Amino acid sequence: MTAMVKAEGVHKSFGPAHILKGIDLEVAPREVFCLIGPSGSGKSTFLRCINHLEKINAGRLSVDGELVGYRQKGDKLYELKDSEVALKRRDIGMVFQRFNLFPHMTAIENVMEAPIQVKGESKAVARARAERLLDRVGLSDKAKNYPSQLSGGQQQRVAIARALAMEPKLMLFDEPTSALDPELVGDVLDVMRGLAEDGMTMVVVTHEMGFAREVGDALVFMDDGVVVESGHPRDVLTNPQHERTKSFLSKVL
Amino acid sequence: MTGDRAPKGTPVTDIKKAGPAATPLTPPTGPEAIQAIPVRHYGRYVSAVVALGLLASLVYAFAQGDINWGAIPDYFFDDQILEGVKNTVVITVLAMLIGVVLGIVLAVMRLSKNPVTSAIAWGYIWFFRGTPVYVQLLVWFNLGIVFEYINLGPIYKDEWSSFMTPFLCALLGLGLNEAAYMAEICRAGLQSVDEGQTEAAHALGMSHNKTLRRIVVPQAMRVIVPPTGNEVINMLKTSSLAVAVQYTELLRSTQNVSQTSGATVEMLFLAAAWYMVLTSLLSIGQYYLERYYARGSSRSLPDTPFQKIRATMLSLGRPKGGAA
Repeated sequence: MTAMVKAEGVHKSFGPAHILKGIDLEVAPREVFCLIGPSGSGKSTFLRCINHLEKINAGRLSVDGELVGYRQKGDKLYELKDSEVALKRRDIGMVFQRFNLFPHMTAIENVMEAPIQVKGESKAVARARAERLLDRVGLSDKAKNYPSQLSGGQQQRVAIARALAMEPKLMLFDEPTSALDPELVGDVLDVMRGLAEDGMTMVVVTHEMGFAREVGDALVFMDDGVVVESGHPRDVLTNPQHERTKSFLSKVL
Repeated sequence: MTGDRAPKGTPVTDIKKAGPAATPLTPPTGPEAIQAIPVRHYGRYVSAVVALGLLASLVYAFAQGDINWGAIPDYFFDDQILEGVKNTVVITVLAMLIGVVLGIVLAVMRLSKNPVTSAIAWGYIWFFRGTPVYVQLLVWFNLGIVFEYINLGPIYKDEWSSFMTPFLCALLGLGLNEAAYMAEICRAGLQSVDEGQTEAAHALGMSHNKTLRRIVVPQAMRVIVPPTGNEVINMLKTSSLAVAVQYTELLRSTQNVSQTSGATVEMLFLAAAWYMVLTSLLSIGQYYLERYYARGSSRSLPDTPFQKIRATMLSLGRPKGGAA
């Protein structure tokens, strides 16, 4: 079985700042893969490399057996055209920390936009699916509201529905609950838990240790651009081996 | 435990007793309003009197002048004047159209990663913003001195004088100058849209063009429309400079009338009145356009003036409630 995401020695720098210093990891299909670590450790950057929002500088990164951003012929790498990158992104859903809903569209229009514009789906089909997805995230009564009329938790659930509308095989979550009021976090995590139960492959950057322990199948602790420790969430969170992991967990738990 | 509760219980029953007795005295909306003597702003009375006095003396001064006020309504809908109004509107609309289209192209060029297109756009804006539009109009008008023919190869060939009509001079002069300003307005608008929007669209698999057209531009419009409205109003007034290139717009037609009627100052007043009518109409249009692009940016859209008037009428019709 090919890994859904496979990283081998992935490096990334922004100018002089070396953010990722050789990341190796593998995400199996249907797995919930959690990335934890202090801010600035590079976990969000790595997530953004997976759908090529950031270009990696060295190493190999592939999704579902295909290189991200490049095509290999013989021993030469060819950069993909923008349109080819876009084509690959269709299969990868992404949820952002700050939701990034389109503010000039209603909730349902947000969910319908990509299937219509990218896949050329008919309005009726897109609307039917959008209604189903909004129902699934518990927001069927908010379909006609603009994002500014929704709470943070509701916006994030619309954002999840928007990503799901493209029927991705992989979902990336970039600290999806970090910008939310504590009492709204639960609703979003419930939706994510449901997704996990349905067998969606998910890579989740999070500070929600409870969620990681309960729902996660694998967990990686990153610090300063490297993977410090990895394993099953229960093991890493309850019995960390490295000093750095121990001190981080003692502060957040 | 019980000892703690007893003293707390007593005041509660007191409040309950006081409740029904107090209610009839205060309006149902809340507690009794504060009755205080307001501060007297004597300075405001003084400044109001001074301002009104100055205004009255201004009106008096103009009333003393030998002005034939009747000439203004007489000529307001004169055929020559209406022709001028029409030409002013036409040149404003067309020059603005050139300005907006070319402005968008220049803005996209300036923001592009291609250094050549970006530099050309920068140079265009530098040149056309750096020279007065009046000078530009005169240059277009006088180019005939250095060019005898216009020769666009197989497409078009003509004598310069019959090609470069006053209308074309005015259109090119005003439109090309406007494009430089519109380019900067559009650039500011495009840059004002949060980068997260582009990222979200790209993450969904949308192409650059689709992202620009469906996501970025509609949001940039909220920033672009208000200054563009200003530009239209500005253009309407600046079009009066087309007098310099013999184009018969509103100002020139009023001057033509004043030569035959002898009412010079009156005709200038008439021109001013027409400009004010046109700019007022544009302001109304701008209000509704801004309201359209504001959707989603605030929780509820602002009322239209009509809705505001209706709301005021309704609240006036209702008696101002409460016992107070």
